[in-house]
Amino acid sequence: MTTPMTETSRGAVTGGVGDSPVRPDGTLKVTGQFAFSSDLSADGMLWGATLRSPYARARIRGIDLTAALALPGVRAVLTAADVPGAGSYGLEVADQPVLAADEVSYQGEPVAVVAADHPETARRAAARIVVDYEPLPPVTDAEAALAAGDIFRHVPVRRGDAHATAEVVVSGVYQVGMQDQAFLGPESGLAMPTVDGGVDLYIATQWLHVDQRQVASCLGLPVDRVRLYLAGVGGAFGAREDLSMQVHACLLALRTGRPVKMVYGREESFFGHVHRHPALMRYEHGADRDGRLVYVKAHIVLDGGAYASSTPAVVANAATLGVGPYEVPNVVMDAYGARTNNPPCGAMRGFGAVQTCFGYESQMDKLAAALGLDPVEIRRRNAMTTGSVMPTGQVVDGPAPVARLLELVRDRPAPLAASGDPREWPGGVANTTHGESVVRGVGYAIGIKNVCFSEGFDDYSTARVRLEMVGGEPVVLVHTAAAEVGQGLVTLQAQIARTELGVERVVVAAADTTVGSAGSSSASRQSYVTGGAVRAACQAVRDGVLARLGARAGPADGLRLAGGMVVTASGVAVADLAEVLGDDPVEETRQWRHRPTHPLDPRTGQGDAHVQYAFAAHRATVDVDVELGLVRVVEIATAQDVGKAINPQAVLGQIHGGTAQGLGLALMEELRVVDGLVRNPSFTDYLIPTILDVPPMTVDVLELADPHAPYGLRGVGEPPTISSTPAVVAAIRAATGLALSRVPVRPEYLTGAV
Amino acid sequence: MDFLSPATWAEALAAKAANPDALPIAGGTDVMVELNFDRRRPSALLDLTRIGELTEWGTDGDLLRIGSGVTYARIITELAHRLPGLAMAARTVGSPQIRNRGTVGGNLGSASPAGDALPPLLAAGALVELASTRGVRRLPVAEFFTGPKRTVRAPDELIAAFLVPSHRGPHQFAKIGSRNAMVIAVCSFALALRPVTGEVGTGIGSAGPTPLRAAQAERLLADELPWRTAAVLPEAVVGRFGELVAGAAAPIDDIRGTAAYRRHALSVLARRTLRWAWEEYRREGP
Repeated sequence: MTTPMTETSRGAVTGGVGDSPVRPDGTLKVTGQFAFSSDLSADGMLWGATLRSPYARARIRGIDLTAALALPGVRAVLTAADVPGAGSYGLEVADQPVLAADEVSYQGEPVAVVAADHPETARRAAARIVVDYEPLPPVTDAEAALAAGDIFRHVPVRRGDAHATAEVVVSGVYQVGMQDQAFLGPESGLAMPTVDGGVDLYIATQWLHVDQRQVASCLGLPVDRVRLYLAGVGGAFGAREDLSMQVHACLLALRTGRPVKMVYGREESFFGHVHRHPALMRYEHGADRDGRLVYVKAHIVLDGGAYASSTPAVVANAATLGVGPYEVPNVVMDAYGARTNNPPCGAMRGFGAVQTCFGYESQMDKLAAALGLDPVEIRRRNAMTTGSVMPTGQVVDGPAPVARLLELVRDRPAPLAASGDPREWPGGVANTTHGESVVRGVGYAIGIKNVCFSEGFDDYSTARVRLEMVGGEPVVLVHTAAAEVGQGLVTLQAQIARTELGVERVVVAAADTTVGSAGSSSASRQSYVTGGAVRAACQAVRDGVLARLGARAGPADGLRLAGGMVVTASGVAVADLAEVLGDDPVEETRQWRHRPTHPLDPRTGQGDAHVQYAFAAHRATVDVDVELGLVRVVEIATAQDVGKAINPQAVLGQIHGGTAQGLGLALMEELRVVDGLVRNPSFTDYLIPTILDVPPMTVDVLELADPHAPYGLRGVGEPPTISSTPAVVAAIRAATGLALSRVPVRPEYLTGAV
Repeated sequence: MDFLSPATWAEALAAKAANPDALPIAGGTDVMVELNFDRRRPSALLDLTRIGELTEWGTDGDLLRIGSGVTYARIITELAHRLPGLAMAARTVGSPQIRNRGTVGGNLGSASPAGDALPPLLAAGALVELASTRGVRRLPVAEFFTGPKRTVRAPDELIAAFLVPSHRGPHQFAKIGSRNAMVIAVCSFALALRPVTGEVGTGIGSAGPTPLRAAQAERLLADELPWRTAAVLPEAVVGRFGELVAGAAAPIDDIRGTAAYRRHALSVLARRTLRWAWEEYRREGP
């Protein structure tokens, strides 16, 4: 997949860029030794618990804390009145109350928090709080909210002729249910009051500094008195972008003067974070007789739930990426984020590109059927390439191998027919078929995703790198605030340092707010941005070393560091690092930015809003028991361009995991909300794929360098999630002949017994 | 909450008599979930894991007697040939970890209509053995359930064992779930053919307030199956069997599936399992 780095005659650095060194957390996690944020403890620690609204919408007429405070072991019971700083927080708009004051706007909204000596005491005390609610009728229909003007954001995109007509027209209405990130490590952390009146917070998050800013604001403290330290993160997928228990634990710690730990239970976790936006999408595609797209019209409604979270940015993604990786001369696109009393929705892997991909890829298949074309062929005919123009007017200036990715998955050998082992049929060991009514289907899809933050956001990362001699050996210390959420970022930072400084021993310091912001571990951006910052800081350190040497040995042109030496371009050793460094480390800190982006025109949606585009294609092969409506995915072939695989094994891990998450959305993952109330907040009834549901995958990785990105890399994490969903659904359509306009596809959709 | 941990069966019965509210716990795969979610706060837990005889099985006259503490994993590894339908159901229970802990006795005690072991016990004509300091009684499993999570077990009684006639004839079990493992049944169906007596047993799971039998469907097959000739099944009988099984169910719409889907799926499972069982009978004889 990749060619190893060429190194000097002094010997290659192992574990550098392009290698797959063992990740430091791997063995610990597999053997159950890894300390997650829920494993933290401190002497004299109290436990926090949260009282949440049982109603989707209600007025709070009064709160009586008497019974809760009377319970022995209870140390504090706090409500909105006890929040010293800003009463609300939010990623883009500070509209979400720390604790609800007069009204609750969704089921599960926090109303009060308790600290007690024992977690059970805290939960019992919370149950003793008497809240006098006046239930109000909740707004639960996103379209009704839209009609009433309850809109977080509307993003129109207009390109070409709004009244273009075409020979062949297909239209459809598509729906996506509410997917949950379903990370395994629930929201948790430990807040410790400090002598300066501030607080240290050990926390599982995706972005330490954005938490720090919001927590400090709500506590009414200067930012430098709220210090955050990354605790062991048990998965994220977007669900840790918004605050959960951060402010609550700090409030309780500051009030009691004691360390306070909070850990959500599994059921509580489903109420403790945002979800993927449910979507209702109306599409109309017009094409000529050859299948070339003439226009796309789309009306996309995303249900943002009760608070803004990152809905405005998700809406922009849906609008700007909503016609897919295709050349479309005429576009009329309107995407909306509606405000309702449903659970708040925000960031989840794929971020607005997932929902629309199900819409536009369903449409492409419909168009292919209308024209009698092969599904891969219709996509190839419309595939964008380098130089194509997005509906926003932005020119795609990096590699855009859309047609090639489709060809790669198309040309993979077809999987074998079922062997007759009963576990290979739909239903598996549940013994529902021995082959009766089983029909095989194959489906294709391809998606597009923006990498990094968009629309003019000042998106940067900071890295501090020190090179010094320790015990006679050169050692690099890398320190950033970038959140390792399981994706392998710690390993990647060390790989970059090894390659840039030619030193094998690299220590990556724990992430915290004593170094500048790294930005968020989201938007597939950390390899790009924090990778870029680490590389820049390493290069500055190298320059510092060469400058020291230069003071003694003349011009430093062409010199670099390798194998613990300063070497010439041809690999001839000039000096030993030990000799240059002595007892005096070289340390540099660099802030690094990708090239700037620009806002969208609010009327036309025109603008160079995105940094980089990423593409992945999927071919899904399924066996469907068409009589029972049960599906088994037999195989998935996928292909993705990653620019440069910094860590090939981690790249494959991202592609496998993302594909599985998309398969989950296609077949089972939905948080079911009825009248604003969540019906299945448990892993008993919120189903995610098991090892028996995820099929073998073949993966083709392309490495077409993006000249703008460090090492040419392209963000990897999100694209595989985007197109696996429509590919699986297309395969089910092929097997059943059914239209299937909603995901997840339930068995009753396939049998008509709804 | 007290934790009672008797070392013998006599002590367990005495403890249950003295503490009729005590909740028995064996594998804990249901009980611990209830406690963790605070859905239940029993005055005491009655730990049955120290009582070795509950984990034993053997014969009792013509019957197999299986202690209530035998796990699903052991049903699969030790009893698959004697109780094939129950073993098929046991394979669909949870994950390997759950199958290592969970017991059929617990499934009976919880009495969930979705208990995977219950339809095969109904189909096999099993008896439940209940014991107390007052004595021992055995009753057909079909008479054991009275409602969702309710049974005829008296407060001072414990489930000692279940008893099943030794397997003679084909058994089948099939379960619908919306993923391929670790799933609560949307609905399930068990079938047992008893060629020696010309009888048929059925069990329906997750499609009514209790696990159900399809009595009319059983009679249809008893009357219509060509036992003696082992001839090809008449399609009309297969179709009618499916209809009667679906008709015997009393499903509701819930988060896991619609009533209409459950009835439809049960009719399909009934027809398929009948065909498989009959093929086995034709192949292997009574």
